Amino acid sequence: MSDASELYQSVILDHNRAPRNYHAMDQFDRTAEGYNPLCGDQFTVWLKLEGDTISDVSFQGSGCAISKASASLMTMMVKGKTVAEAEHYFDGFRDMVTGKVENAEALPRRLAVFAGVREFPSRVKCATLGWHALKTALDKEQ
Amino acid sequence: MATPQVLAAPGAVVTPRAFDVARVRAEFPALHQQVNGHPLAYLDSAASSQKPKVVVDAEHDFALSDYANVHRGVHTLSQRATKAYDEARAVVRGFINAAQNEEVIFTAGTTAGINLVAQSYARPLLKQGDEIVVTEMEHHSNIVPWQLVATATGAKVRFAPLDDQGDIDLAALKALIGPQTRIVAVAHVSNVLGTVNPLREIAELAHTAGAVLVVDGAQALPHVRADVQALGADFYVASGHKIFGPNGIGFLYGRRELLDAMPPWQGGGGMIQSVTVEGTTFAPVPARFEAGTPPITQAVGLGTAVRWMQSFDWSAVEAHEGELLRYARQRIVEVPGVRIIGSAREQVSVLSFVLEGIHPHDVGTVLDLHGVAVRASHHCAQPLMRRYKIPGTVRASFAIYNTRDEVDALVAGLTEARKVFG
Repeated sequence: MSDASELYQSVILDHNRAPRNYHAMDQFDRTAEGYNPLCGDQFTVWLKLEGDTISDVSFQGSGCAISKASASLMTMMVKGKTVAEAEHYFDGFRDMVTGKVENAEALPRRLAVFAGVREFPSRVKCATLGWHALKTALDKEQ
Repeated sequence: MATPQVLAAPGAVVTPRAFDVARVRAEFPALHQQVNGHPLAYLDSAASSQKPKVVVDAEHDFALSDYANVHRGVHTLSQRATKAYDEARAVVRGFINAAQNEEVIFTAGTTAGINLVAQSYARPLLKQGDEIVVTEMEHHSNIVPWQLVATATGAKVRFAPLDDQGDIDLAALKALIGPQTRIVAVAHVSNVLGTVNPLREIAELAHTAGAVLVVDGAQALPHVRADVQALGADFYVASGHKIFGPNGIGFLYGRRELLDAMPPWQGGGGMIQSVTVEGTTFAPVPARFEAGTPPITQAVGLGTAVRWMQSFDWSAVEAHEGELLRYARQRIVEVPGVRIIGSAREQVSVLSFVLEGIHPHDVGTVLDLHGVAVRASHHCAQPLMRRYKIPGTVRASFAIYNTRDEVDALVAGLTEARKVFG
């Protein structure tokens, strides 16, 4: 039996209340939108790139606590990382929340708070929405 | 273990049963289970209703002993199946007081029915500059088919506004309807707000302008009776799965004179008079609009569901649901930051609300953890959400089998959500 605290850990509640890097970006190199028509969650992600490195990242939009907290933590994790590292995190995060790997060893430990999402299949798309927007932005040709 | 309910033969006169919610619940095995360690409180009948055992048994028994293809085959089983299928149609006719059986067309559901009217009635008729009037409260199934046909014909879709309580602004609706209006398409009951619309007045506005009235009855029939002739509906659509019947079947009522003039929607077997290489002539209604092998077993299930509903003194059911709605609206505002969306003059027991600062998704998940099933989304009514400037609502819907205890469980879950999110 699950209870609310397994999914809504204090880190998630904190990032929902006070999302980090939560602003639009005027000068950016890449941008993409993530939108889930089933529930209406919608986020835009902006990136600044210096060579291969994500020098700045921000997001804005509306969505549930899981989607907002996930996007917030994502921006913290990928800022200063290379594009390749960010894409590696995307794969690892997606696998973790869909239950494909037993534990989140390969991922930054802070992202492990979302491990509980695998018990809530209806919320997986919430957790990955920001990451999908990030991946779309990274994959775009300039 | 409930005594199996024996339904009277179609057309027989019955004394309605006194309303006893415990006895009703005993007919729904699905309601008696635990979810996440709590008794299930199924408050999502507006999305789809549970089915009483008598409906499932009727389909089961039919499939195992009377099933064959219909359309008056020469063998005995086919005749039995055809009789059962025709009887289901007659039951629906009586339920909505259509003038004749031929005015009841079995469809795949409400959405299919509205698409049928849009493509077969509206599309041949509409010209550049013609208008279809819908309302801001409509479900996407009563918006998108009209948008598709408007794009194809050069017609326009206009949206009648609502007031903040969730009633249609009738003055604004009247101003929108004019000589250019060909169709007025309106929900009988809103699936989000619970609003019951004044169809008689709307029918008069439509007919005075020479337009037809298409009514989306999907959310109405679980709660209130519809007499299509008294309401003045030219077309009325509904789904089986919302009225305690099976999925994959619904019905479209259309006035005979309108249906007779409509070209077919889908072509194929069962809807023809004769087929030659030069061309084909079409069957009369209702067959003209029932191409292919119909959902026969599901029709038996639908007929049984309707007869099950008719076995109740429905005014007692309405009183029960009205009391649940009143109790829910009273208790729910005990939770800090609850805002009810929709307080129309007349409502069925569908209650939408938001919790300030907590996304509907998160509320829904916390409620699920307490065994309470609600729907948290835009409810296929994005224009309505935009009108209220919200991403979605939490919607608790109360049907014939729900109880005051379940309202209490809902409120306990919401209180927990407020604790978790602050």
